[in-house]
Amino acid sequence: MEKRELICIGCPMGCPLTVTLDGGAVVTVQGNTCPRGDAYARREVTAPTRIVTTTVRVTGGILPAVSCKTRSDIPKEKIFDVVRALKSVVVPAPVHIGQVLLPDAAGTGVDVVATKDVAEV
Amino acid sequence: MKNVDLVIIGGGPAGLAAAVAARKSGVQDILILERDSELGGILNQCIHNGFGLHTFKEELTGPEYATRFVTQVRELGIEYKLNTMVLDLAADKTVTAMNKTDGLFQLHPKAVILAMGCRERPRGALNIPGYRPAGIFTAGTAQRLVNMEGCLPGRRVVILGSGDIGLIMARRMTLEGAKVLCVAELMPYSGGLKRNIVQCLDDFGIPLKLSHTVVDIQGKERVTGITLARVENGKPVPGTEEHYDCDTLLLSCGLLPENELSRAAGVALNPVTGGPAVNESLETNLPGVFAAGNVLHVHDLVDYVSEEAAAAGEHAAAYIAGGGAAAGRTLPVRCENGVRYTVPTTIRPDCAGDTVTLRFRVGGVYKNKKIAVYRGTDCIYSRKRPVLAPGEMETVRLKAELLRGPGDAVTVTLEEG
Repeated sequence: MEKRELICIGCPMGCPLTVTLDGGAVVTVQGNTCPRGDAYARREVTAPTRIVTTTVRVTGGILPAVSCKTRSDIPKEKIFDVVRALKSVVVPAPVHIGQVLLPDAAGTGVDVVATKDVAEV
Repeated sequence: MKNVDLVIIGGGPAGLAAAVAARKSGVQDILILERDSELGGILNQCIHNGFGLHTFKEELTGPEYATRFVTQVRELGIEYKLNTMVLDLAADKTVTAMNKTDGLFQLHPKAVILAMGCRERPRGALNIPGYRPAGIFTAGTAQRLVNMEGCLPGRRVVILGSGDIGLIMARRMTLEGAKVLCVAELMPYSGGLKRNIVQCLDDFGIPLKLSHTVVDIQGKERVTGITLARVENGKPVPGTEEHYDCDTLLLSCGLLPENELSRAAGVALNPVTGGPAVNESLETNLPGVFAAGNVLHVHDLVDYVSEEAAAAGEHAAAYIAGGGAAAGRTLPVRCENGVRYTVPTTIRPDCAGDTVTLRFRVGGVYKNKKIAVYRGTDCIYSRKRPVLAPGEMETVRLKAELLRGPGDAVTVTLEEG
């Protein structure tokens, strides 16, 4: 039996959660005061995901970089792979909000899209 | 210069929402004055997600949230001037501003909305001992450098202050290849959201050192290291010093409403918030001068800024239309038992619509309490709160009818839940 300690992010209470796992399967969640804590703990120990937000270089624009995000959640362990894959991406201005800057980032199946317009100089 | 009915000082989230609401309430001639080269204010550099859950029921990044309002401003044909600095606001609402194309100009609007936002508390206000080398930035300055100007301000970083901007920058600097050694927090609790502690620090193994502060900064040209110490009863504890080799110190130590213009105009400020003292219509002591957003009091969520600013826009529209109800009596709003301040600080029940919105913050972490509002000795509102923390703004909506008729001051307090 493995135990994992987490802090619930569902609300400002920040309940300290203890998850007991048996061979990767959740046996119990303790410490939560509401069902959201239970759901958060189960997801966080089995398949944690995050949205990644960063910037990509722009040429010929009024700004040298454009902000971007993964269109949806990606597995947490892929965060650095996505950021590394974006290091070599350079987009010419104009860039439009929602424009795909990198399709299928780092094999996650999730596109990285611009979150801002950057006009040409 | 063409004259306008309403001047809005600041084109960030507060100014944009105020402009949209004022236009929808019938104000034709509106002018937003913005000192930066684009609308959107600080949202443009807040590229992380988590904005707009209340307003749009979806999770947006800062630039996306700003774009929603900028698009409305454009569609409604609201005029704005960029790269324009307001130099002075006079008590008669004369606005003096300048930019490179118009030069120096004056406007004489019927109403003004203050939406200048806030500023970060700088090193000079923190009394940190040590040298003054390069490499000490406020977290927001570093955020702008990284997210908008494409520069990384340092490689080995210590962050003082665990407010949300500090936490967000710990993650941001890490993703850009810097090593964030730790986040130190003077208080025994973090002022940041739990979600940010988990997703910005724990995800990257960055330690959060509560009850710690910077007691020395080394380096003459550039920061070469800092010394942290544990703090008890507000004093560093001798023998607890720890040294960190680093080239950068980021400061995330609180925000201060930016009210130089307001003060010069004679707007009365609330010493607790640093923002104008306002009535239920978000109007300052100068008739026709309204305030909303972080210039009024520092908010936790931009959604509340937009909501408050929309109310200011509607009240300014009513003021411009004139013929408002007689002001009637004014009730002071007092705060007690851990409630640090309220916005507004006065209520004119006869000028309020159906509800009066009170916003406030508490001074410490409280569990199992009840927010109670009294009128004289009568309890007119009560709501259970399992947890209250200084980092979270609280909102109370009172039925205006409960405030009408003869009676005493309004008191907002915390009670045992």
